[in-house]
Amino acid sequence: MSLEEFKNRNTGQQSYKMLDIKHTPQSGIGKFGQVVERTVKGELFVGLWVTLREMGNALFKDNMHTIKYPLEKLPISPRYRAIHDMLRLLESGHYRCIGCGLCEKICISDCIKMDTKYDENQRKEVTEYTINFGRCIFCGYCAEVCPELAIVHGGRYETASEQRASFSLFEDMLTPIDALKQQKEYDGFGAVSPNADDTIKQTPLAY
Amino acid sequence: MSNEITIKIDGVEYKTQEGEYILNAARANNIFVPAICYLTRCSPTLACRICLVEADGKRVYACNAKAKDGMEVTTSTEEILEERRAIMEVYDVNHPLQCGVCDQSGECELQNYTLELAVDSQSYMIPDTKRESVDWSSILHYDAGLCIVCERCVTVCKDMMGDAAIKTGPRGGEKLGKELKDSMPKDAYAMWNKLQKSVIIPSNGTAETNCSDCGECIAVCPVGALVSRDFVYTTNAWDLKRIPATCAHCSSGCQIYYETKPASIEDNTEKIFRVTNEWNYVSLCGAGRFGYDFENRVNGKDEIAFNNAVDALTKADTIRFNSLISNEEALMLQTLKEKYGKKLVNSDAYAFQKFLKYYGKPSGHLLYGSDFKEIMTTDFVISVGASLRNDNPNARYAFNNIQKMNKGAGLYFHPIADSLIADMGKNVVSFTHKVGLEEAALYLILDLFADKEKLEESTKSYLDSFHFTETITIKEKVMETVTETVVDEATGESKEVSKKVPKMVEKEVEVERNSLVTLLGGNDKFAETFEKMMKKKESFSLIVGEDLYYHPKAENLAHLVALIEKSCNMKVAMIPPKTNSLGVALLCELDEKVEGYTVGYNENGDFRLSALGDGDLDMPAMNQQEGTLTNMHKRVTPTNAALEYEGYELNDLMNALECGELLTIDWTPRLASKRGFQALAFDDLPNGYTNEGQENRGYLLKNLGRRSGKNEPKPFSEKFVIEGEIAYRCNPQRQFNDFSDKAHQIFETFSLSASTAKAKALGEKVEVDFGKSTLLFDVVADERMEGDIVSIPDFKSANDIYTLFGSDRYKTVTIRKV
Repeated sequence: MSLEEFKNRNTGQQSYKMLDIKHTPQSGIGKFGQVVERTVKGELFVGLWVTLREMGNALFKDNMHTIKYPLEKLPISPRYRAIHDMLRLLESGHYRCIGCGLCEKICISDCIKMDTKYDENQRKEVTEYTINFGRCIFCGYCAEVCPELAIVHGGRYETASEQRASFSLFEDMLTPIDALKQQKEYDGFGAVSPNADDTIKQTPLAY
Repeated sequence: MSNEITIKIDGVEYKTQEGEYILNAARANNIFVPAICYLTRCSPTLACRICLVEADGKRVYACNAKAKDGMEVTTSTEEILEERRAIMEVYDVNHPLQCGVCDQSGECELQNYTLELAVDSQSYMIPDTKRESVDWSSILHYDAGLCIVCERCVTVCKDMMGDAAIKTGPRGGEKLGKELKDSMPKDAYAMWNKLQKSVIIPSNGTAETNCSDCGECIAVCPVGALVSRDFVYTTNAWDLKRIPATCAHCSSGCQIYYETKPASIEDNTEKIFRVTNEWNYVSLCGAGRFGYDFENRVNGKDEIAFNNAVDALTKADTIRFNSLISNEEALMLQTLKEKYGKKLVNSDAYAFQKFLKYYGKPSGHLLYGSDFKEIMTTDFVISVGASLRNDNPNARYAFNNIQKMNKGAGLYFHPIADSLIADMGKNVVSFTHKVGLEEAALYLILDLFADKEKLEESTKSYLDSFHFTETITIKEKVMETVTETVVDEATGESKEVSKKVPKMVEKEVEVERNSLVTLLGGNDKFAETFEKMMKKKESFSLIVGEDLYYHPKAENLAHLVALIEKSCNMKVAMIPPKTNSLGVALLCELDEKVEGYTVGYNENGDFRLSALGDGDLDMPAMNQQEGTLTNMHKRVTPTNAALEYEGYELNDLMNALECGELLTIDWTPRLASKRGFQALAFDDLPNGYTNEGQENRGYLLKNLGRRSGKNEPKPFSEKFVIEGEIAYRCNPQRQFNDFSDKAHQIFETFSLSASTAKAKALGEKVEVDFGKSTLLFDVVADERMEGDIVSIPDFKSANDIYTLFGSDRYKTVTIRKV
């Protein structure tokens, strides 16, 4: 851009093209003439051609731009926040949740509830865990606060159901034990940042 | 007693009492000094060493350094901060702070102080030792892995409860490296050295504690190491709603919080998960802490039952109730008496009311002069007629605290010897006297403590008649001066050196004896022991128990108590038998006998109103209603409803009888129509403590004066001494009433208790014949009890033990093996 152009402060006329638009006809004859002119000119097919071409591609060349939902689904971002998943420990297969109750506490729509007890292995056992998806706003705080990366958001966004309860029990969200190998770590809210090691000071350990 | 002094803390002048610890002085003036191991009302432990301050340029521990006039205290210098930080770092070694699960759930002093002292990195390390979590009793759960060995539990158990059931034991941890001693701050090193060596263990050498299961150790634990077995891992503390209340089990009327939340995911009704207290200022017993789930759940209002109840009340000649009711309810019942002429019968408050009347006449005031808070400040305490261990936890704690904290002494007069009381201090002397000799005990107290000038001539000569002299031979240590000739080795000179050598000499002395001591089963050497006990004692107190109210000569006893209070410069407090006996005694005019058609409120009757869920009409339990209770400290304290109640309450019945108020608490200001109470609305009553430990709950009853009469107590007689097989009406620890019994964590059964030897002799099951009727009991051995007298509990009102015992607390019975 040259300096001259900066000096031209008359922005109103800058590189605008004035369209040659005719005045809207007022008389009956004039209006009729406009309709006839637009119909016969064939401008309609300029736009329709694109549609027809893509239809042809889809029908005969098997080259389609939309997907056949629900038979097909688009891949979603790993950070997408849909129905929660409960992860397992990869080594033992035991669920990761330690029942600390932080997700229950932080939940801003107050939809997580859990019952816990002292079990025979002297650990805190989660006896029951529910998320009320009628209230959940998928904010991701529960996943962020979870110290064990046990509750994360999954990709299951289809939440229409006859009963919301059908998603909400612990077992429903838990990785099936036979699918343990397919269990993926979650990169979204609450995941450990890639440079976590650089930002913490390590506690010395004697063993 | 003590004088006001001025000290400077961080450059600002504050007033405090002489002899007050710096820490308490600072706290009272809202100055923060960190301290983990110190407990108000208990002796300093010096385990944490974090309360380090500088006083007059010297480093002292604020928890055990006493304030002196003009002292200048600096709460933090750079050096002190460094020391404190090092201590916190040491505490954090092998104790992670991002603890996932812990029942303290953030109410953790370890976390708080770590943040407060800005510990952001760790400089120390040592290999961890495996420490198991164990169950100490049916109640207590100890997780040694979380324990920071601050010893607060040990301290409170010894200094407050008197059980001394836990102590520190070996941890088996690795030794600290020698190089640390020089490299790290010295207090932090000393603390770590001790920490690395100890955990808490039961003091009786077994894996289980032998204690009253009061759970105060749980309350004082700064971390989540001590928890009740029932509560462990059931909920996070932050989910609980705290409801300030007054414990409804005994007349101590302790401040408590009911902590509630919805029971579970399925069951959304509120449930009490635990009871907590302001443990720096009040100590609970097992019933208070664990006997909380006695609520009466009802599904809505039962109109038919209600109409029946209205009819029954209209028809009734007598209303029978016990003292587990609020002041408001007591006033309602009294209104029924005034308006409709119903008789009011209350077995526990009746005798107490009579005793207060007898006492009021010679003493000139309505109520006993002192209270148990005041008694705790004295250094010589006497208990007469109370089974201290079972009757009232607060009285027992006071007795124990005096021995431990005030270097005190104590006399315990009771027909049943109790090894726990005897072990509370080395200056405790127990008199195990025959049943019925309580008068003699009071006469002995009068003789020992009275300012003889204040006594009438007749009383004086009566007391003198017990004195006699005896000649005895004693061995005495005499210091003898011996002169020796010593040769100095260096110079060769011989020198005369005189040395003092102790020598035992036999001597005949005349000693004054008191035949009362012998009569009461006292030791021959009591006079000498007593002299030792009296050393450096300044203030005296007397605890009067229930035995005296149920004594055939209660009137004379009351007169003697009044005389002791006047002439001995002694603080006197009485133990009301049941929760609100004092309130009922002041608010209601009670009748002796049940007559005609009876409506029972939590008691037997032709029509039963009951908060136990088994009556003809349901009533709310004490944790489901608002109201006030009058406790043994002569304080009217508010209690709030922790759980909802959907049924009818007494006020609804009053409304149906056309003398009610809109709400039960609208009766609270109306209490003022009775003597001593104030016209304060329920919502205006405070419920808390100040930083200084000042109790700020409800209000104190006014101890109004009354016309006093002459006080000439009659001589005692041995006519009422009973012998043979004796039963004593006394509840086990942690059991006070039907409601404590209903709670699922109170396991003590409705059984006959006896000393170990006696229980062995009796066998497993016995039939006790009261003359009129017989009852079957299981026998439980109580290893703290001694002697042949057996205890029979009265906590189940359905069994009507009060009627079986009549106007006595001791009764001769026939016990047969079954």
